This record gives sequence, structure tokens and C-alpha cells, in this order.
Amino acid sequence: MNSFINALPGAAAQGLIWGVMAIGLYITYRLLNISDLTVDGSFCTGGAVGVMLIMNGWNVWFALLAAILVGMLTGMVTGLLHTSCGIPAILSGILTQLGLWSVNLAIMGMKANQSINVNKYKLLVSLRYLQDFNKGKRTFLEHPIFVVGMITLALIAVLYWFFGTELGSSLRATGSNPSMARAQGINTNRNIVLGLMVSNGLVALSGALLAQYQSFADINMGRGAIVIGLAAVIIGEVIFGKLFRNFAFKLLGVSLGAIIYYVVIQAVVSLSGINSNYLKLLSAIIVGLFLAVPYWKGKYFAKAARKGGSAHA
Amino acid sequence: MLEIKNIFKTFNPGTVNQKTALNGVSLTLNEGDFVTVIGGNGAGKSTLLNAVAGTWLVDSGSISIGGVDVTHLPEHKRAKFIGRVFQDPMLGTAATMQIEENLALAQRRGKPRTLHAGITAGEREQYKELLKTLGLGLEERLTARVGLLSGGQRQALTLLMATLQKPKLLLLDEHTAALDPKTAAKVLEATQTIVSRDNLTTLMITHNMRDAITYGNRLIMMYEGKIAVDVSGEDKKNLTVEDLMQMFEKAAGAALANDRLLLG
Repeated sequence: MNSFINALPGAAAQGLIWGVMAIGLYITYRLLNISDLTVDGSFCTGGAVGVMLIMNGWNVWFALLAAILVGMLTGMVTGLLHTSCGIPAILSGILTQLGLWSVNLAIMGMKANQSINVNKYKLLVSLRYLQDFNKGKRTFLEHPIFVVGMITLALIAVLYWFFGTELGSSLRATGSNPSMARAQGINTNRNIVLGLMVSNGLVALSGALLAQYQSFADINMGRGAIVIGLAAVIIGEVIFGKLFRNFAFKLLGVSLGAIIYYVVIQAVVSLSGINSNYLKLLSAIIVGLFLAVPYWKGKYFAKAARKGGSAHA
Repeated sequence: MLEIKNIFKTFNPGTVNQKTALNGVSLTLNEGDFVTVIGGNGAGKSTLLNAVAGTWLVDSGSISIGGVDVTHLPEHKRAKFIGRVFQDPMLGTAATMQIEENLALAQRRGKPRTLHAGITAGEREQYKELLKTLGLGLEERLTARVGLLSGGQRQALTLLMATLQKPKLLLLDEHTAALDPKTAAKVLEATQTIVSRDNLTTLMITHNMRDAITYGNRLIMMYEGKIAVDVSGEDKKNLTVEDLMQMFEKAAGAALANDRLLLG
């Protein structure tokens, strides 16, 4: 029990970092109605770019910015495969993700793992800083929960603004009803590419933050990222859906969902002593169940749906 | 206002499902023309509207709207000129977005989507007034998601959205077919009001012969991808359902086999 409580801040910090990724996934999954598998690759791309640039002496903020831009590029590739080449969205994501495996290795100098020395470089977030804080060596201003929390709030503010603009609204319309969007003169193809770019930019940022936090980038760090992101989205909606109607709060709910996910995982690991190699299986089962339950509900416990109801909602 | 010159469209060419949906259609609409379109299933009515709207590009021929050649323009670029209401009430509005958001999207039809606010306070007042004219109580529900509305309400809203920015051309694809008779009559009435108020050039497909006769100043009947009958002016005013059937039989050289056409 003690070990669990001690591990809580770490789990929360990690959850917050993954929450940035989940917010990115929310944009494609909920707003654009696309399951974007690019993220498994672009998450690692973000981590790799961030770590390599910091090791090359870049300022950490510029390294994060570069990670975001490269992440957006990966989203653009998927978007163009889908819109300009007519490849189904899921397959486009898979193609980009597969290609990124090689790209990520190349970024990391053909190594599967690149560590970054916390003592040597000035980082933004690090597990070490969290430990230092516990020992009273650092202020809360450097605590990963504070730093990533602030970044998350800033991102939510920017996204809230963006999706309220003409362009952002047209993007939401593209996901909600492409026929309507085109009839209203909205370039749905461009919007899909744009949405995938914004989303993967956030995913890469999250990857860059995690790589700093754990002080290494690893070729496998994005494996199953989409499932973790979906878990966060769904947990956020199930727990806070009734409470949060406003778009900004919905995004906050996704971030909180990611934290809850990591705390629960930590609890399972600490309290049951399960081999952590089973965690991916556990995640897959949980997310699978959460995705299936609404379908079962609709199929076996359906009240007659109202004509004109929100079948697409 | 609309000039269609000899357009052809064949679906699934070279397969067993090959179907020539438009077989050399030419049609010119003057400003303010309200043309009703009838014809059996598969006659090419919806295909004609989709060709004009740019759902896909035609195989040959040309289309121009208000003097602008749109033959090769994609759908979203033609939208600048065109207001549309679909047969399926689900297609014309974004279900997960609010009523006012849907209207705001329509308000910006044909304009670049910038980083300015997606909707302004002034617009909200304007939308409230406009929604009042529908008489459906929607003016009190500006922030309700459209998915919560009935099919009739959605169709009325779509009509409002299609005409919010005065279009050069209004395309109505059996927009009352999925509604109950009472609601359908209401939406048709609203259509008539808006079309005559703004003097809109309109193409309206209907399966109801009486509606086709009652509304508009010109009537065309399609058969096998061609315009088989074209009546306008005084001739159209004096038209009866029986006349129409006779004209059709003469033009098509066959008895009217489609029951749906006889309804009404």
C-alpha cells in the first residue's frame, strides 16, 4: 500500500503527459471521426526528435517546438494518403506508422534507445525533479505535475479558442457531417489533413515530454499509444461526461481520464503484484470492453430510437 | 442563371452495373425561374441535381452558374453559388453541433474560413429572428444540438441554411419526401415563401405530381437520363395530372409504369 501511495505522484505526472497525447487523439477520434493509427509512430517521433535535439544542445522549448512540427508532418502524410490518394483512414495511419518505425530509428542514429543525462542537460520535466521535490531540493514550480499541468491548461485554452473560430468550426462540421460541410463550401479534404496535423503535433509533444520525463526515447515507446489515448478519452467521458458539457472541460476530462488510467494501472501493479508485461493485455481488454458496452446497450437494451435522433452523435 | 449544355454521366462504365444516368441533358434557367422536376425512379432527377452541385464531375458537356463555368470545380467551390436541401434530413445539418453553429457555418458559405470567431453576438440575434419565421419554436433553442430535432425541424433548418446567404441557385432534392404529410406541407410552404421573397432560381425535384404542378413556373419531366417533357408559362398553369401522364406517354413512347409517379 505504501509503495502505491509513494508512486502516486509519478503515476499522476505520467498520466498528465499521456493526457496531452489523449487530447490530440480526441481531435481525430471524436471531432474528425477518424481512428488515427499514426499516433503509435508519431508519439515516438516526438520523443526521438526532442531527445536528440536536446542532446545536440538545443534549448528544451525549441526542441519541443521542433517535435510538434515534425509530428504535424507525420499527420500531414497520413492526411494526404487518405485524401489525395484515396486510402482508407485506418490504413493510411498504419502505413505512416510503419514507415515511421524506420524514420524514428534514423532520427535516433539507428539506435533503438537514446538516453539523456538529467545532470548534463536542462530539461523541462523529469522524474528526477519529482524525486528532488520530495527531498525538498526543488520548488513545486519545477514539479512535473505543475509544469505539465500548466502546459495542458495552455493547450486546452488554445484549442478552445481554435475550435470556436470559423476554421475550427468548419473542422468540427467536417467530422460531424461531410456532406453538409461540402454543401456549405467547406473543403473537407483540407480540414481532414489539418485536423490530423494538429492532432499528431500534440501527440509528438506528448512523446517529447515523456522522453524527457523518463530520460530516454525508445523505439517502442509509442506502441499501443492509441489504446492508451482511447482509454483516456473514454474514461474521461464516462466519469465527467455528465458534468462537463463545455468543450474546454471535455478536453480537461480527457486529461483527467489519462491520469485516472495511470493511477489505476499503478494500483494494479503495486497492489496485485501482476507482472507488468501483462499491462498491455489488460489495457486492450479494458478499452475493448468500454468500446463494446455502448454497442451492446444499443443492441440489447435499446429504447425505440427517435426519428431524426442523433445516430451520429 | 443556370446553363447546362449536353451533359452525360455514366456510372460504373465497363462493368455489368454500367448505367447511363444522364444522356445528353441541356437545360437553361433564367433568373427567378422555379422549375419542378419529376420522373420515375432512376430517370436521372437526382443525378441531374448532383451534377449541378458537383458531387462528382460529368463525363462531358458543360455547366455554368451565373455566367461562371463550374464544370470542373469541386463541390465545395461550387457551394458558393448553390444552396441545397437533401432528401435525407440527416444530410443537411451537423447533428453534433448546435442550431446556431449550423446557421453560422451556412452564413459563411463560399467564404474563406478564417481565425475570426465562428459566431458573433450580432448573428445570434439575427438567427433568432429568422428562426421565428419558421414557427417551430427553434428560436428558443439556439444552443440545442441539431441531433435532438425531428426530421421536419431539421429539414426546415436546412432550408433556412441553404438560403441564409442568397444563393444563385437553390437545389431541392425531394426535400419533403421523408416527412409526414403535415410537416411536408409546412416545409413546402416555407420553401415557397422564401423562394418568392428572394426571387431565387430554383430546381425542385418532387415525386408528387400535384406539387409539381402547383409550384413553380416551369415543369420538366425526366425519362431515361433525358428531359422528356418541358412545360412553362400559361401551359404549365393549366396543366392537370392527366395531361402530364399523356405527355409523358407520348414522349417516352410507353405507358407510365411507375406507381410512385401516380401518387397524389
